[in-house]
Amino acid sequence: MGIDLPLIWAVIILFGIMMYVVMDGFDLGIGILFPFVPAKEDRDVLMNTVAPVWDGNETWLVLGGAGLLAAFPLAYAVILSAFYLPLILMLVGLVFRGVAFEFRFKARAGKRRWWDHAFIGGSVTAAFFQGVTLGAFLNGMPVEGGNYAGGAFDWVSPFSLFTGVALVAAYALLGATWLVMKTEGRLQMRMRSLARPLAWLMLAVIIAISIWTPLAHEAIARRWFSLPNLLWFAPVPTLVALVTWRLLRELGGEGHASPFVLTLGLLFLGYTGLGISLWPNVIPPDISIWQAAGPPQSLGFALVGALLIIPVILMYTAWSYWVFRGKVRHGDGYH
Amino acid sequence: MEPLALLLARIQFGFTISFHIIFPALTIGLASYLAVLEGLWLRTGRKVYLDLYQFWIKVFAVAFGMGVVSGLVMAYQFGTNWSNFSRFAGGVTGPLLAYEVLTAFFLEAGFLGVMLFGRERVGPALHFVSTIAVAVGTLISATWILASNSWMQTPQGHEIIDGRVVPVDWFRVIFNPSFPYRLAHTVTAAYLATALMVGGAAAWHLLRGRDNTRVRTMLSMALWMLLAAAPLQAVIGDQHGLNTLEHQPAKLAAIEGHWERTPEGEGVPLKLFGWPDMQAEVTRYAVEIPRAGSLLLAHSWDGQIPALKDFAPEDRPNSTVVFWTFRTMVGLGVLMIALAFWGLWLRRGQRLYARKNFLRFAVALSPAGLVAILAGWYTTEIGRQPWIVYGLMRTADAVSPQHSTAQVGFTLALFVVVYLVVFGAGTAYGLRLIAKGPAGDEAERPAWGGPGETRTPMRPLSAAPEDDQAETDIRADAAKEGDRDGH
Repeated sequence: MGIDLPLIWAVIILFGIMMYVVMDGFDLGIGILFPFVPAKEDRDVLMNTVAPVWDGNETWLVLGGAGLLAAFPLAYAVILSAFYLPLILMLVGLVFRGVAFEFRFKARAGKRRWWDHAFIGGSVTAAFFQGVTLGAFLNGMPVEGGNYAGGAFDWVSPFSLFTGVALVAAYALLGATWLVMKTEGRLQMRMRSLARPLAWLMLAVIIAISIWTPLAHEAIARRWFSLPNLLWFAPVPTLVALVTWRLLRELGGEGHASPFVLTLGLLFLGYTGLGISLWPNVIPPDISIWQAAGPPQSLGFALVGALLIIPVILMYTAWSYWVFRGKVRHGDGYH
Repeated sequence: MEPLALLLARIQFGFTISFHIIFPALTIGLASYLAVLEGLWLRTGRKVYLDLYQFWIKVFAVAFGMGVVSGLVMAYQFGTNWSNFSRFAGGVTGPLLAYEVLTAFFLEAGFLGVMLFGRERVGPALHFVSTIAVAVGTLISATWILASNSWMQTPQGHEIIDGRVVPVDWFRVIFNPSFPYRLAHTVTAAYLATALMVGGAAAWHLLRGRDNTRVRTMLSMALWMLLAAAPLQAVIGDQHGLNTLEHQPAKLAAIEGHWERTPEGEGVPLKLFGWPDMQAEVTRYAVEIPRAGSLLLAHSWDGQIPALKDFAPEDRPNSTVVFWTFRTMVGLGVLMIALAFWGLWLRRGQRLYARKNFLRFAVALSPAGLVAILAGWYTTEIGRQPWIVYGLMRTADAVSPQHSTAQVGFTLALFVVVYLVVFGAGTAYGLRLIAKGPAGDEAERPAWGGPGETRTPMRPLSAAPEDDQAETDIRADAAKEGDRDGH
């Protein structure tokens, strides 16, 4: 039997993380955009566009963690130790914004602002430290004897701080285009006008990371710019340019759902680019998915469940989104 | 790893999971309660069930939100603070956790939105299905996480190859010896904790003179649940104890503060109270019942149980702690059973809703289920020490080796501050919701009298029926209550 279990698991985890970035991305983005929408009723609408689904979105992050532990225990141990502080700060951010969904509707008027701040601060913190972790992950980490061998602050670098800010911008764009789709009238206009500069910012960020990464990492540069590869990968930057151009046009026009879909495309392309840069390492710079894989008995057992259940999850998740389709108006929600 | 950093990591884990465990316990119980309420509403069409549903779902949502975010922390803490454990045992705990996410977390999260916000959008049948899906999700979640925890307590079905656990028989891994007892004990505890909270809330409203069908239904349902679950829990706990005696004898000896084996044929006394002294290797100030230990723990007149001195000092769990956490749990369990049977007794003639001492007792016991869960959890987890995976890996070897005391200390302080703020506020909101009470159409409030009907303390006493002694009792109580509350 030639089933490459680590390979399949790597694909599942990559898929899980992508689902997370795509789905929690826009609801984190809403928190990032909160400061630009001061009115209480508008903020209620923003919250209510995601209140029924945010919890499911965040579950993909838990799947990422659990999948990593199940399939690549070594990577789970090393990565989580290496990024101890940024990950815990991210979790603290997620704690604050997660409870804010319920608490701000149940708080008295005076306290509600406090939970608004918790929602903003938590969303920005979580997004920023996810980006920082991503950047530090690209930079790689030293491993000795199966343990992380670096220091507590190795994750701090100009590049990782930049990717932190970049992810905040990306989530903000996702949030803004999601809200273009889910709101109407004045609020929707506001989101359109916010999304345009964010789209430009996003393009700038993608270009910067595309230049910075190969400059800093010779192996990544080799992968992208050696000859057969270059042709295979050329569509990625080309598509980025096309999608951004289209996105800017749609934002200026009448499109409701299309800006969000295009932003998702943009994010997917960026994610693909990262995947190409890193493959097949699960602990950069040089521990591959096969070296970090757990026992095949564990991978096989968990795989049965994953392959059977993930399609079902996607089905009822889609159903739940479908139930809450359409625009959200003032006064919607159960509170 | 410095010893202080290990201690801080253990405190951090104990602290974060102590907060976490409260919320799943409540959501397991409340989700099933909500499913029952909605089912009853669909079946009978009585609005009281829908009113109660709409009331408790708000408390459920608050508890669920806090459970999700604190659980998220747990999922990552295994790697951040316990990386050696994750690498060693990830082959078993990883797939079990992955199955929990796949079969439970997504199910709960996916249908929670419909449950909370979708009543107008999907119609009653699909909404009911969503409620059931969430309730089933909470139970599935408990099953996987307890399979994982039980495996750490009583591991089997694995081999150790190259210094890490390799599962060889998943059936034996999941259905390890302590799993059925632990699962039954924990789920029953969740139902008990919820019943006590719901019943305590109803009693509190009754004591404040807010008597209506909704509050009565709450109290009545909670007490039926308590009556079914509290004695059952005692039986399950007893069986769980026998299992611990067989598989984790050191834990049992520590729970009993039992240092020396008694001579053959003499039987083990039961220490009701005392102070196990780990240094001097004796239990001081012990109050004992002769032979009761043998009877309770080994189910025989002269059955032997292992003694702490059978184990090397470095292999003994801390008896001082588990001796008392265990007694806290059992003591509260006895009080729960007392409340359940007192309630049953008072049902004759509707005294349930008016006997103030009973209602005060119910209010006093409303947090007892959660306290007992924490006490029981400390007993089983501290009783497992010094092992993280019983007999296979010591806790001291499980911790992430690279973190400094400062780093773990900083994150511990961060969690303490954040948790106290966030979950303090959440508890306040939850209590405020409960204090508001279930809303309903006040016009449906019927006149005083008759089984299952409401009494209205504001009504003139002369309107009360005279023929029933029990009703007269209520009337007397109501009069006192009315005076105090100014009705």
